[in-house]
Amino acid sequence: MDMQASKKKLGLKERYQVMTRGLDWTPSYQKMEDIYPYVAYEGIKIHDWDKWEDPFRLTMDAYWKYQAEKERKLYAIIDAYAQNNGHLGVTDARYINTVKLFISGISPLEYVAHRGFTHVGRQFPGAGPRVACLMQSLDEIRHAQTQVHSISNYNKYYNGVHDFHHAHDRIWFLSVPKSFFDDAITAGPFEFMVAIGFSFEYVLTNLLFVPFVSGAAYNGDMGTMTFGFSAQSDEARHMTLGLEVIKFILEQDPDNLPIVQRWIDKWTWRGYRVLTLVAMMMDYMLPKRTMSWKEAWEVYFEENGGALFKDLARYGITMPKCAEQIALEKDHLSHQAWSTFYNYGAATNFHTWMPDEDEMAWLTAKYPESFDKHYRPRYEYWREQAAKGNRFYNKTLPMLCQTCQIPLVFTEPGDPTKICYREVDFKDEKYHFCSDHCKAIFEHEPEKYVQAWMPVHQIYQGNCFPEGTDPTVEGFDPLAAVLKYYHLEHGRDNLDFEGSEDQKNFDEWRGMATKNV
Amino acid sequence: MSTVFIALQTNEDTRPIIEAIVADNPHARLNEQPAMVKIDAEGKLVVRRSSIEELLGRDFDLQELHINLISLSGNIDESDDELTLSWNA
Ligand SMILES: [Fe+2]
Ligand SMILES: [Fe+2]
Repeated sequence: MDMQASKKKLGLKERYQVMTRGLDWTPSYQKMEDIYPYVAYEGIKIHDWDKWEDPFRLTMDAYWKYQAEKERKLYAIIDAYAQNNGHLGVTDARYINTVKLFISGISPLEYVAHRGFTHVGRQFPGAGPRVACLMQSLDEIRHAQTQVHSISNYNKYYNGVHDFHHAHDRIWFLSVPKSFFDDAITAGPFEFMVAIGFSFEYVLTNLLFVPFVSGAAYNGDMGTMTFGFSAQSDEARHMTLGLEVIKFILEQDPDNLPIVQRWIDKWTWRGYRVLTLVAMMMDYMLPKRTMSWKEAWEVYFEENGGALFKDLARYGITMPKCAEQIALEKDHLSHQAWSTFYNYGAATNFHTWMPDEDEMAWLTAKYPESFDKHYRPRYEYWREQAAKGNRFYNKTLPMLCQTCQIPLVFTEPGDPTKICYREVDFKDEKYHFCSDHCKAIFEHEPEKYVQAWMPVHQIYQGNCFPEGTDPTVEGFDPLAAVLKYYHLEHGRDNLDFEGSEDQKNFDEWRGMATKNV
Repeated sequence: MSTVFIALQTNEDTRPIIEAIVADNPHARLNEQPAMVKIDAEGKLVVRRSSIEELLGRDFDLQELHINLISLSGNIDESDDELTLSWNA
């Protein structure tokens, strides 16, 4: 590494001043409201954009220098990993399913984040946030690209990731992360910044990247670990931007407080619901676990988020109300999610399985309040059934929440034996919700959420079959047609891990790597 | 007092950085996890350029931290000489 710090004529603060605000100008022959048409309609009042403080004070020249260094490190490792058949070094082939989930569920969001930050960066009249948004938009496209490059190595050997972007736009459960980001980029620029910059990046991103990436490292996946940490190194800057946005908006005008609080409440809940996928990944899909979902939630939300909201109390911001319900769900979330995916394992681009005895013991230890009482008996039953050749695949499509698009599988807060259902009538139609929070989000903006592309409704309406399909012919198999539409191959990309091609190949290849044949 | 933290990748670049942070912040706790290190500290954490340079034996620009940084919490104040993380409440 060759990075001698040179003698600088200007200090960091002055240099930042010159290289951001110093490059801005006041328009003379166009009206501000014509140049920045979206900045007023959300009701946020900004009086002085120069009050914006970017704590990292990174200028574009330094940005390019450090990002280039990160890329060089990353691609050297990706090459080494691929050249060395690194994929055979992972703990066991079940691990690879977390990578499938990541590339089809999360990486496409990186690309949408890139578009979102390009858009809002254009919309802010202040030079400080414009530069910060520009950097973040470049980071996000870098994340999308490096993830595709790293994971493409797995695509050479394993099933389910061959058409991840096609999958992202169609597969039922991938509409959960997709609709989350679509919701954010179709909001105004300030709401986008609170949604993604603050609620997602600052409050929740540690829960996505740190356990996932640390988990990848722990399970021998150096490729994923490296792109994860490389992306995460940008995340620190994004988090800082998210926090700065909140402080800046709140300091500008007291009228901004109720608007911002509503957005924080909404987006913390929306983001948490998306993290359901991470919860089950941590507790079920990593063969070697780093920490449980519940522990991660306690460290990264209750402890860090608690400190954050205490700090923001001086502006009148309070902890989002949904935190109470989340605390009640933390003993149940990952188990309810994994049960759902085990049920619907015929319609996924990754494999599912029942935890083995050791893993059940780990779950019992991590979830003493809930696992043995509510989840172990059902797993033992399913395992027994599978052993008798009755591996259960649910073929009935579930009711979806109109807001988060997750099937209605969560239980009532405080009663894990009863499924939680909520409904709202709006313009002669009935809408269903997984929770009071999703219902309240809908009720505030029903015109937005009635437009949601609901995978189950779309299947029933016949919109998810390949072109030319005739669903009226004798013996029509709707699931087979839907899988074709998803570009998934039945028996290869889906179903149980036990007996899968991935399992068979991995065992064979690993054998070849350690023995003379 | 709330806790602030900084998390860095575990590698040869960060070894002197972590050592310097721990030396400059006697109240900090080192929390080692797979491939990463998280340094937690009550209230405030300071990263000092001069301490890192001393261990590194060369000039160091605090912005080089970005290369190996994983995450952090708290309000940030950065100058040429110091990066400070703190909570007000
Ligand atoms: Fe990203
Ligand atoms: Fe919901």
